[in-house]
Amino acid sequence: MGLDSKDLLGIKELKKAEIEEILTTAEYMEEILKRPIKKAPTLRGITVANLFFEPSTRTLNSFILAEKRLSADSINFAAASSSVLKGETLLDTAKNIQAMEVDMMVVRHSSPGTPHFLADRLEASIINAGDGCHEHPTQALLDIMTIKKNFSTFDNLKIAIIGDIKHSRVARSLICGLNKMGAKITVCAPPTLLPLWLEPLGVEFEYNLEKTLPEKDILYILRIQKERQEESFLPSLREYIKDYSITYNKLKNFASKDVVIMHPGPINRGVEIESGIADSEYSLILHQVSSGVAIRMSVLYLLSKRRRDGHKD
Amino acid sequence: MGIKIKNVHLFDPLNGIDEIGNLFIEKNKVVKKVKSSSKQEIDGKGLHLFPGFVDVHSHFREPGDEDAETIETGSRAAVKGGYTTVCVMPNTKPPIDNEGVVRFVKEKSEKTGLCRIFPVGAVTKGREGKELSEMTHLYEAGCVAFSDDGNCVVKASLMRNALEYSKLMNVPIIDHPEDFILSNKGQMNEGAVSTELGFKGIPDISESTIVARDILLSHFTKGRLHLAHISTADAVKLIKDWKNDRITSEVTPHHLLLTDEDIGSFDSNKKMKPPLRTKHDIIVLQKAVKEGIINIVATDHAPHPDYKKEMEFAGAAFGVIGLETAFSVLYTELVKKDKLSLKRLIEVMSLEPSKAFKLPLGEIKEGATADFTLFDLKGSWTVNHDDFVSKSENSAFLGRKVEGIVEYCIVNGKIVYKRGEFLK
Repeated sequence: MGLDSKDLLGIKELKKAEIEEILTTAEYMEEILKRPIKKAPTLRGITVANLFFEPSTRTLNSFILAEKRLSADSINFAAASSSVLKGETLLDTAKNIQAMEVDMMVVRHSSPGTPHFLADRLEASIINAGDGCHEHPTQALLDIMTIKKNFSTFDNLKIAIIGDIKHSRVARSLICGLNKMGAKITVCAPPTLLPLWLEPLGVEFEYNLEKTLPEKDILYILRIQKERQEESFLPSLREYIKDYSITYNKLKNFASKDVVIMHPGPINRGVEIESGIADSEYSLILHQVSSGVAIRMSVLYLLSKRRRDGHKD
Repeated sequence: MGIKIKNVHLFDPLNGIDEIGNLFIEKNKVVKKVKSSSKQEIDGKGLHLFPGFVDVHSHFREPGDEDAETIETGSRAAVKGGYTTVCVMPNTKPPIDNEGVVRFVKEKSEKTGLCRIFPVGAVTKGREGKELSEMTHLYEAGCVAFSDDGNCVVKASLMRNALEYSKLMNVPIIDHPEDFILSNKGQMNEGAVSTELGFKGIPDISESTIVARDILLSHFTKGRLHLAHISTADAVKLIKDWKNDRITSEVTPHHLLLTDEDIGSFDSNKKMKPPLRTKHDIIVLQKAVKEGIINIVATDHAPHPDYKKEMEFAGAAFGVIGLETAFSVLYTELVKKDKLSLKRLIEVMSLEPSKAFKLPLGEIKEGATADFTLFDLKGSWTVNHDDFVSKSENSAFLGRKVEGIVEYCIVNGKIVYKRGEFLK
């Protein structure tokens, strides 16, 4: 069947069947990654531009690796060394890149909707690699893939997302995706880090971590940015750590025995998570990272297949 | 030279006129009979004649941002929309904070010779919110009010002094009610939609807290206050409770008709300050206009060139144009749908702004100023990129089918616009 759109803009735009197809394809991609020669010729002749207007290490490298594994040609465009600094508009930059016969663009930008804006105006396929606090669809897909591998079903699965929900594109995409898959989601944070309008997100909320922990299958922990203290969202990191950091003690006293921990990275050891937990048997963090390459290969493949099959919007 | 307008639907809420009849103009006044031998005749059959509209909030961008609009192109947009008088905001480059810029604007307007243009002077030097501008100098040069529009007068003590000092001239201080600390970096209304789209929001309290402050300062000082572009239900409530004859307020057509849900897929032509709010807000605002709590509809005509709008949402400029569409969208969406009477719409677009800012007003009365606009209310059109005479096209109403076309616009007894033609 393939994907409906020429672009991957957000989880919101995907149907459940499309998410499932991306996951199934990603499982094939994982097989490629386990071969002695980790490369397939699938995207030979396809050119991908990675346009990152915001710094990124993990996501950018994961995309670069996925592109290489599938034999695509790729160019990296970092805003810091680009014409953006010379006053060129984003659209002009993207049109110039497209004029070099680029087929797909992986875009990260601080403004929500930037990939949507480009997708409407360019023929190239746009993949959203994070737009402000809006969406980060490939992160959600790799998280869903990791969960699927560990739990096989989403029915009755109880997940708590803990941390800075208000400023998190990861949370928005993950909530949207997990709702489509049928899981039950609770968000937990101090009130300043939760949106006042939670209804459109379709989640339960709880301020108190100790009340959140029991009976959850997964604790998904978000990174706390140090700036939140300066912006007066938090009195101090010390206070956040006391009330919201995931520690062995809290897990032992309140969480279910089989609970697993996920985190989109990069982690702040000793802040949102007690250091050892990230490396413990609770943690799926590195599984998430490996799923990331497979998911991105899957998305690149499905979008390029759609282009090759001659879909026209 | 005289003008005879025959068989037109005369409509003048101030003088209680709503009937088919004739109107005669000689020189710049309404007369009983045209004496001069040279005369123009307008067949008014099927047309409505209204007092010319008065906009107390437009940005003509000149001097400084002539790629967005000029006094000439802004004037064209005004008369094409039925406006005979426009107040232009001082956030030009340089700002209207000295007599030189006032004179420049007035000279350009006279040279353009379409609508009447009155400059609004800056409240503070450089619109920086630090020191009062030379208000009596600006007033004597031709300013009709004072505003740091785009900027709120942040310092309450300075706002207090502005309200007191302007009593010398008995003109309003216009405030742009926005607490910049609360709205900091916000891109759209804070609510369900901004939560879903991941935007930092502009909460409605960033408006209502300043409205409350300004109203209390006006009561305390007995100074005249005009509140620009009200967008929230809470601000309406405050105005309702505290309004007196020294306090006036305005609302724009887009804040009366559109909500944050209209932003849809990141449409930057729905990005402005204050932002589009919610369904609840627009219902309360419409009612406030109907009941006289808000007494003026103003456009906040804010042109921007395409390269400042055709951008990722967070980078796009705030603001939309409005002069060419204001009457038609409101007539179509409110009057035709029985949410507002035609009489009230004409009042808030002409009579009330003229009264609040002491500006010329067309009246169907012997000896009155001959500023009129003639509409074909049955004529329908679609708001289209290519049809704007404004230099910019950043309309929030693109693609809408509306009713009401200006056939003639008469300023100071002279036909300056005849559908599709500008006559100087």
